[in-house]
Amino acid sequence: MDRPGRIMTEAAQAYSFSRRAFVLGTAQAGVGLMLAGRMAWLSIAQNEKYNLLSESNRVNTTMIPPRRGWLIDRHGVPIANNRTDFRVDIIPDRLEDKDRVLELLRRILKLDDEAMNRIRLDLEHAAGFQPVQVAERLDWERFAAVSVRLPELPGVQPTRGFARFYPAGPAVAHLTGYVGTPTAEQFKATHDQLLVTPGFKLGKDGLEKMLEPYLRGKPGAKRVEVTARGKVVAELATRPDTPGRNIRLTIDAGLQEYAARRLGTNSGSAVVLDCRTGETLAMVSMPAYDPNSFSDGISHLEWAMLSENDHVPLMNKVTQGLYPPGSTVKPMNGLALLEAGVGANDRVLCTGAMRVGTGVFHCHKRGGHGALNLKGAIEQSCDIYFYEMIRRMGYDRIAPIARMVGLGQKFDLPLSTQRYGTVPDAAWKLKKYKTKWTVADGLNASIGQGYVLANPLQLAVMAARLASGRHLQPSMLAHQVHLDAPALPVASEHLAVVRDAMFGVVNQGGTGGAARMLVPGVSLAAKTGTAQVRRITMAERRMGVLKNGQLPFKLRDHALLVCFAPADNPRYAAAIVLEHNGHTVRNLDAPLIGRDIMTYLFDRDRALASLAEGEPTWGGDIATRMRAEEAAYRAAHAPQPAAAATKTDAGAATDSPAVEAATNVSDAQAEAMATRDTDPEDAGDPNP
Amino acid sequence: MSGPRIIPEPIAQLPWLVILLVTAIGCFGLVVLYSAAGGSLTPWAKPQGVRFFVLLAGSLVLSRLPLDLWRRIAMPGYLVLVVALVLVELLGAVRGGSQRWLDVGFIRLQPSELMKLFIVLGAARFYELMPPAETRRFSGIWPVAAMIAVPAALVMKQPDLGTALMICAGGATVMFLAGVPLRLFIGGAMALAVAAPLAVNFVLHDYQRNRVLIFMNPESDPLGTGYHISQSKIAIGSGGIWGKGFLNGTQSHLDYLPEGHTDFVFATMAEEWGLVGGCLLILAFILVIRWGLNVAQAAQTRFARLTAAGLSTTIFIYVMVNLMMVMGLAPVVGIPLPLVSYGGSSQMTVLLCLGILMAIDRENRRPARW
Repeated sequence: MDRPGRIMTEAAQAYSFSRRAFVLGTAQAGVGLMLAGRMAWLSIAQNEKYNLLSESNRVNTTMIPPRRGWLIDRHGVPIANNRTDFRVDIIPDRLEDKDRVLELLRRILKLDDEAMNRIRLDLEHAAGFQPVQVAERLDWERFAAVSVRLPELPGVQPTRGFARFYPAGPAVAHLTGYVGTPTAEQFKATHDQLLVTPGFKLGKDGLEKMLEPYLRGKPGAKRVEVTARGKVVAELATRPDTPGRNIRLTIDAGLQEYAARRLGTNSGSAVVLDCRTGETLAMVSMPAYDPNSFSDGISHLEWAMLSENDHVPLMNKVTQGLYPPGSTVKPMNGLALLEAGVGANDRVLCTGAMRVGTGVFHCHKRGGHGALNLKGAIEQSCDIYFYEMIRRMGYDRIAPIARMVGLGQKFDLPLSTQRYGTVPDAAWKLKKYKTKWTVADGLNASIGQGYVLANPLQLAVMAARLASGRHLQPSMLAHQVHLDAPALPVASEHLAVVRDAMFGVVNQGGTGGAARMLVPGVSLAAKTGTAQVRRITMAERRMGVLKNGQLPFKLRDHALLVCFAPADNPRYAAAIVLEHNGHTVRNLDAPLIGRDIMTYLFDRDRALASLAEGEPTWGGDIATRMRAEEAAYRAAHAPQPAAAATKTDAGAATDSPAVEAATNVSDAQAEAMATRDTDPEDAGDPNP
Repeated sequence: MSGPRIIPEPIAQLPWLVILLVTAIGCFGLVVLYSAAGGSLTPWAKPQGVRFFVLLAGSLVLSRLPLDLWRRIAMPGYLVLVVALVLVELLGAVRGGSQRWLDVGFIRLQPSELMKLFIVLGAARFYELMPPAETRRFSGIWPVAAMIAVPAALVMKQPDLGTALMICAGGATVMFLAGVPLRLFIGGAMALAVAAPLAVNFVLHDYQRNRVLIFMNPESDPLGTGYHISQSKIAIGSGGIWGKGFLNGTQSHLDYLPEGHTDFVFATMAEEWGLVGGCLLILAFILVIRWGLNVAQAAQTRFARLTAAGLSTTIFIYVMVNLMMVMGLAPVVGIPLPLVSYGGSSQMTVLLCLGILMAIDRENRRPARW
């Protein structure tokens, strides 16, 4: 057909045309079928896929952050709850024309320069998907003003939600911890959309962190129909959130707050346990941060201020603070001695000093106590008695009892950190220092110095176990109380001797007379303690030991008290540990604080009256003092504008560098004190 | 013809079947535009409807004109349009930016649109003049190739890839039907297969190249140029067999589907009328085009044959390219769906085609004059 030279006639042409037109028509019909087939493929085979895509176009689902479960105290009083909150956030990814939007927000919300500065800084640092808070706790008028002008504010998201509220503020800071915005890393790890939903916060520290899975709840969803330009055209069915679980604590909120206030200006901690069940009634570490303001977002300034404070407000001293327990271990020592076969009336003559090998060990009373039996030794906190008895028996007879009453132990509690200290013995020392146990080590340990380190919670457990004679386990959650604690494997008459001695400490002319309770029919049993954090040289001893008031804060002695009440039928036990207190102010010293905290449990009005008397002399209540401190800090440091930025990289407060530094310092001090047997002339306990 | 005449002959002679089909397509288009505007006659359905019926009436008038008129103006018309295309190009160069239309006072004339028509008429006229024996020779091929290449290049420069392709396809169809050797088409197809990737890389504008590349992989750019194809497929796919129902399309009403009333009107329709609506519309077009090819088969002159088949194929290419585009089988080249998409140009071209086809049909039915 394509042969060259073929002659094309008109008829042949017409024939060729009709053939080719037929081919063309067939091809066109084929294309028509192909198109119909393609359409069927899209609309039948892939219908489900495209339906989903069409729905996800049309429906915009925003998560409703779940209401966080409450933390309530043993009587149902809220410790952490939620208040309605109107807030406005910016999603940086969706923000257009930043300067215009920010200016408009500034006018609508009446934001001050500092807030604007913070928002700009936060916007610069935030990952695009992370909401940046513009304002929280807005009143309805301002919130509504933003809501109606949303079309002009791309990327701005007003949310009506709930914010965490801690009615007692700093008093519960280290108990509850606080909540905060999830970090970018947390979102990248799970890609849970809830984590980037404005207003959602999760537990960052303390119980809030440990109980996060129970407290969080399940998010709800708000579904709206939107156009391609994001305009909402209809509200669709909304799925409500499922609130998190409310969790009842064993804490008594009133006692907790009272104890926090009663600690005054101290850097210290107080733990109160129920002697029958081991329930923790109060667990206070002061000074503290305000968890309300932490939960709103911490500024760099706030963080720096808290980090630089020598009272270490970021540290939970109850479980992170380790202290030489000092003389508070003497009742426990007494129990161990009795168990080891020492008679309750075996006497030791205290002459004020004692030579062991080449070293001289002093009693805190220079002239000596004369001949003392066990009860007298505990009452007078005589060092020589315990030096001598433990020299005879060996410290290895004491250490097991120390562990039995709780020292060196870790407890099953929802706490993020528990430093559990040391109960030393020969095996421990060999392992840690590769040196042999010396008599001096045992003597130092016998007065709660040297290698012995304990946290305040352990001291409270010790008091509770001595008082109850049972192997109590502390608890913080009402549904996890460890009932039916077994009796301690010791003779009950030995316990009775020890308890009687502790009664004597307060009520029979012992060292803790100041702690005598004024509640009729209730008497306190206690043991005071003083823990040195510095060496006293022989030269200083000759010149007269420096008074604590003359020393810098960090070198002053710790003041401690363990106690229980009523002495004849123990119901509550407590431990008070005051860092570097130095016994300088009487109503801020451990005995009076212990007495008042215990008094609160038996006669609330009397306790409150005592507080009302003291508080004005300490610079007002906690909030007043914190405001004053912040003002002073600002005045002293003239903060850089950048310090207003929200600190997003802050870990838990109790993991902060400031806390680590503080614990390192106290560890170093303890170690320095413990190894003083290289210089035996210095040994001695200058204070009861 | 026998029996009493109630209807006057000129009217009875009209090809009523195809007029009904075209009217049905046009009215269905108005329904879709009514929905696309969110259930409103404005801004699209009403002007489109007025234009449709005016143009339909116009095409009926055209069908009364003798075919000889078209034969005579085919070549001059083609040349005028080439000049107009050059003028458009020059105006664009003077004013800066691209321009596709000429303002001739009362109407904005888009020469590239009419060129789709006149390339068919011009090529058909050329082959009519060419002695049959010459058709298969080089002298019967290069002039038409040049006739196609010049306007195609000018339109390409506007730049309007879709129209340029249609001019090429219309001209090539006439060449194919005129009897140009098959090996040229086979060789041409092979050359195209080689040249297309090169053209994509070196000839096309950035935005055109993007469209082609994104057509290959629309998901690569779901919010950019691939957005059109993705959203169109979502609209068609989510329509299912029966569609979401009149006025219930979400893709179009919530503005996810771009150009839902023009190039992507088929997706708007398919979302609400489903596979059923789509197949009926395709069937209607196929019937119209088949009628056109039948007219061509029945035509008595070479000019009439080639013109009828070429114009039918022009309508077919319109429909095919648009549907392939909205279903994700072809790059987005900006070709509307004739009679359905909002816009006068394509409406006018297609109804002109129909007018000429009806004129040829009328001549076919006239008893032979010998």
